Amino acid sequence: MSRTPDLPSAPAPAPDPGTARREPAAEDWQRVRESAEFTGLRRRFRRFAFPMTAAFLLWYLLYVLLSTYAEDLMATPVLGRLNVGIVLGLGQFVTTFLLTWLYVRHADRNLDPAAAALRAELEGRA
Amino acid sequence: MDVGNPLVNILIFGAFVVVTLVVVVRVSRGPRQAGDFYHGGRAFTGRQNGIAIAGDYLSAASFLGIAGAVAVYGYDGLLYSIGFLVAWLVALLLVAEPLRNTGKYTMADVLSFRMRQRPVRTAAAVSTLAVSFFYLLAQMAGAGGLVALLLGVQDQLGQSLVIAVVGALMIVYVLVGGMKGTTWVQIIKAVLLIVGAGLMTVWVLVLNNGNLSSLLDRAARDHPEGDRILGPMLQYGASDASKLGFISLAIALVLGAAGLPHVLMRFYTVPSAREARRSVTWAIGLIGAFYLFTLILGFGAAYLVGVDEILAAPGGANSAAPALAYELGGTLLLGVIAAVAFATILAVVAGLTITAAASFAHDVYNGVIKRGTASPEREVRVARITAVVVGLVSIVGGVLANGQNVAFLVSLAFAIAASANLPSILFSLYWRRFSTRGCVWSIYGGLLSALVLIAFSPVVTGSETAMFPGLDVAWFPLANPALVSVPVGFLLGWLGTVTSDDADQARATEMEVRSLTGAGAER
Repeated sequence: MSRTPDLPSAPAPAPDPGTARREPAAEDWQRVRESAEFTGLRRRFRRFAFPMTAAFLLWYLLYVLLSTYAEDLMATPVLGRLNVGIVLGLGQFVTTFLLTWLYVRHADRNLDPAAAALRAELEGRA
Repeated sequence: MDVGNPLVNILIFGAFVVVTLVVVVRVSRGPRQAGDFYHGGRAFTGRQNGIAIAGDYLSAASFLGIAGAVAVYGYDGLLYSIGFLVAWLVALLLVAEPLRNTGKYTMADVLSFRMRQRPVRTAAAVSTLAVSFFYLLAQMAGAGGLVALLLGVQDQLGQSLVIAVVGALMIVYVLVGGMKGTTWVQIIKAVLLIVGAGLMTVWVLVLNNGNLSSLLDRAARDHPEGDRILGPMLQYGASDASKLGFISLAIALVLGAAGLPHVLMRFYTVPSAREARRSVTWAIGLIGAFYLFTLILGFGAAYLVGVDEILAAPGGANSAAPALAYELGGTLLLGVIAAVAFATILAVVAGLTITAAASFAHDVYNGVIKRGTASPEREVRVARITAVVVGLVSIVGGVLANGQNVAFLVSLAFAIAASANLPSILFSLYWRRFSTRGCVWSIYGGLLSALVLIAFSPVVTGSETAMFPGLDVAWFPLANPALVSVPVGFLLGWLGTVTSDDADQARATEMEVRSLTGAGAER
């Protein structure tokens, strides 16, 4: 088995005395992964991202299937010449923008602080 | 159809080239490290990168293609743009941030993080090059049609010459500016494109007193298909196979964006996961707004220019947006939109070239051939040489593919990205057991099944509109392979994993913690 641990890359930038980082060791990763802070962070991330992904994919698929097999329903006018299909299509734009906003708010409030604390701990500048 | 004054078009495009070249030269001054060629120093803000992503993503195919599809097919054109937009939620929720946290330059960095390096890097490079090649071909093929339309160059030789000039310019951008220069070209282009399209949108809306219903009414009244353009399946509804082909296309679009290597590489140009998130947020806002514009522009072109008029123009449906520009603002606005369309091709091709060059130099040359021992300087030199080779290949490919259906080539790139790249990316980020065999099977399986199904689809042979109309070896009825090849990619990833056991527990733990916290990621 030939493992090249890490490809050499650009030389690391000169360490700034205030934010000098150290490379975490295997035990550090293991310890953090088992910590309550990390499992909490992972849970908060997945509980938002996974169901939301399922939801928007299903909603998109529903829209695609309706457009393909329920042509008459989609062509039914609702507002002047705007029909069900165009309204639902514009609804896809709305839900995409809405979900983006919700996720950014969730991440800023519930994910970033915990991630920053764990990162500081791992890089040894807490 | 009158297409304005070719001289004005060339002058405005020339001005764009001069301005962007100055910018590229300016930003590429100063001390540079080897990695800068790939990620531009990781110094872009989320907003800058988000605008650049929009610049990368809003290719000529989506600008000219979607506006044209809306003008000719109405509602079905909207379906296209919705898939392209919703796809970004996959990138936002599942891919952008962990990718930024675990990789360095290329998609393979993430995939190979806890796997055996050589097989995984080879597979990832092969699919990166395949996706980039089809995407490149689409852009360059579009350039030929655009030349015909906007510069009045009708003969093959003249068009080939212009394609060569576009390719040569692109090589200069990439060599001089690297990722930093290319990013700035994309930012400038995105702003021009969105402002230009926004202006025309407002114009069309004002002509309709801001009433969407009246716009639709006028578009349908003058359209040869009448009210049918307001409902679905004018373009895809011919048969059961074409309907299923559309569903397949929809799957490719929604799952493909987060697997496009040139998009993934853009997430490395920002300093943190938070900025990667900001990038996607900006990209979603801009891309979404732009697709709403194209909807208005398409319906506007349908009645202001006329569908028969559009289809009769050189470039066919692709000429809807330029023709509308001419109708609204005369020679000058057409010149601006024409220049922006050219700039689009230039910028997208430059981004693709850097991606292909990085993948070859970093993954194949250094990772596989040199087993990670090549110096960064040497690796970047190889990347630069690769960029020139890719540029030349794309010129030749563009000349040969001139006249091919641009939208089809792009949907092909999306199908391969969704089948070969996305399954392995998601598995490696979220499935701890995922193994080297699973990764390699998933990539090759997705890639090969997509390519084989395309080769034997009615798009390539066996129909009047096929690439080779005289030949008939088609047995796969759908125009897009994703409905089959995406499940194949996921299934093989699972099968390869459960039949092997080489998971590196320590690296898996490290990757999991890195992906969520960003610890140890290069800034």
